[in-house]
Amino acid sequence: MKYFKFICDKAIPLDIINVDTDQIIPKQFLKMVKKEGYGEFLFYNWRYQNDGTLLTDFVLNDKRYSGRRILLTRDNFGSGSSREHAVWALKDFGIIVLIAPSFADIFYNNCFKNGILPVKLKSQQVEFLFKNSENEEIVVDLDKQEVACCDQSFSFLINGFNKRMLMQGLDEIGLTLELESDIGEYESKRGIHSSA
Amino acid sequence: MGRTLFDKIWDNHVVYQEKDAAHGNPSLIYIDCHLIHEVTSPQAFAGLKQLGRKVRRPDLTFATMDHNVPTTNRSIPVIDSDSSIQMHTLRENCNEFGITLYDMLSPQQGIVHVIGPELGLTLPGMTIVCGDSHTSTHGAFGAFALGIGTSDVEHVLATQCLWMHKPKSLNIKFSGTISNRPGLSAKDIILSTIRQIGISGGIGSVIEYSGEGISTLSMDQRMTICNMSIEGGARAGLIAPDEVTFDYIRGRPFAPSGEKLEKMIEYWESFLTTDSETCHDKSVKMDLSRLVPQVSWGTNPSMVIDVTENIPYPEVFADGNVEEEKSAKRALEYMGLEPGMPITEINIDRVFIGSCTNARLEDLVDASRLLEGRTVSSRVNAMVVPGSQSVKRAAEEKGIDRIFKKAGFDWRESGCSMCLGMNPDVLAPKQRCASTSNRNFEGRQGFGGRTHLVSPIMAAAAAVEGKFVDVREWF
Repeated sequence: MKYFKFICDKAIPLDIINVDTDQIIPKQFLKMVKKEGYGEFLFYNWRYQNDGTLLTDFVLNDKRYSGRRILLTRDNFGSGSSREHAVWALKDFGIIVLIAPSFADIFYNNCFKNGILPVKLKSQQVEFLFKNSENEEIVVDLDKQEVACCDQSFSFLINGFNKRMLMQGLDEIGLTLELESDIGEYESKRGIHSSA
Repeated sequence: MGRTLFDKIWDNHVVYQEKDAAHGNPSLIYIDCHLIHEVTSPQAFAGLKQLGRKVRRPDLTFATMDHNVPTTNRSIPVIDSDSSIQMHTLRENCNEFGITLYDMLSPQQGIVHVIGPELGLTLPGMTIVCGDSHTSTHGAFGAFALGIGTSDVEHVLATQCLWMHKPKSLNIKFSGTISNRPGLSAKDIILSTIRQIGISGGIGSVIEYSGEGISTLSMDQRMTICNMSIEGGARAGLIAPDEVTFDYIRGRPFAPSGEKLEKMIEYWESFLTTDSETCHDKSVKMDLSRLVPQVSWGTNPSMVIDVTENIPYPEVFADGNVEEEKSAKRALEYMGLEPGMPITEINIDRVFIGSCTNARLEDLVDASRLLEGRTVSSRVNAMVVPGSQSVKRAAEEKGIDRIFKKAGFDWRESGCSMCLGMNPDVLAPKQRCASTSNRNFEGRQGFGGRTHLVSPIMAAAAAVEGKFVDVREWF
């Protein structure tokens, strides 16, 4: 499923800043040649001890949060490596909405290609959700561009292109291929700036 | 109205501009060069095949194997079956779609961001993408070069284009220079820059590096700077091309030559500059006059101090930011360090000179000069992994391999190696490494491993002493 419109769920609170993609999916799991099956390795080094037993104090292992599909986190989530495996792992684990004050650029782009909605809210709004999402449900409505929890609702910005991609689950490559004649025309007209 | 260097490259590459505001106004940007490697491409090719799509421009697509390859004897088969399958898959895909591949045993094999410039594939004014965040390296030539995810790799393979929203332009201007100041390197410049702007300071931006501190650098040094733009969160890094750039390009296999090249140089020189500093969305000034060698102490590349400083107290580092303070505490615990201790008192176990940040010829030459007549500390295991086979050959012709080996370094085959440890080159838990790579994230170089980012000469000196030293004192 590459589309997303709406969700009502409680959140998993991952109260750590600057979470990099090396943590989301460590390098030893980048050796597969498929897009599925990464969920069990999500946050591997934070979820498991060296001998493979669960680290119970990590939020993803906390039974209270099991099955939740919204991940609430802090600034600059997804920094570092471009590995889309990080998004595949979140998706495979069941996460479909991320809420944070900011995301790293490449990671943010990768989310939309895989049916995950990354929502940017103001720091104090994220703080409010951290305080309340333990027991309260969060409603995320992409069409309205709105996040609601308790008696509060926050609007969020999202680019129209990314919104349309998610709302309609469009095939981006298919869309671009409709412009094949424009691409061909560009290629034939390139001036000196094209060295290739 | 004036334009930035980035504006000009962007404008040259717009194939189609979406005008419907409800669709977000993205631009369809043409990609001049697409570099691929074994780790982030298999799913992209699988996607193409599933829908019977073709590679639009195999002639603009170039592949190598770098992330997984062993750096030891390559005449024996790759033991790790997953790595082996990934490499085999790339070989099959390149074969099927007619893409040039610099295979593991090719004399041109190497880290994708080292071989692109070496082969003359990287040229000023180009757009370059690769499924690897350190694609920003190529910006040193005045090319708009950015890392992309696998879905975008598939998109570029199929269409030779990418939908993008134009990033902002951030100018970082350096006054002062490291020329004639032995002990300082480009690595110190970029580490101190990230320390200042923070690891998210560049989000949504392309950084143009300018000023005397940049124009006085060699191409190898400029590549070190642009390489770590992503560590500051930036989409890409850019340096306006000049004579240093053009001299580097002359004679490269894929670069144009003769009159054609000279005509292009004339164009690059006159066109590929920022018209006025006021064209940038944001500007930051950096003064290099007081720069000293840098060492990272934590688990992200902004957690850096001068070699003359002590490990910071989390509350001082965080400067009132609760989240940063928590993160610094966590970093100190992971790194096994106490605040207040001099960074020069930390003993190290491993030294890694390598990666797309610091494994070009100049990096190895500089490090080897310090090692002449010296020996690696008995408690340190040190290795050099040249960035490419060409770098390795050039170094061997200069006798640099013999200096490294005599000092006690391992001299390896080229690849990404212990920068990310996808091959057998990894740290053991709690091992502490002086590394010339780009990321000190938890577990990056091996589960539980502790990475300190430094320049090649700082790494060489650390190998000899078994701890960090102010390498300026060695000159």
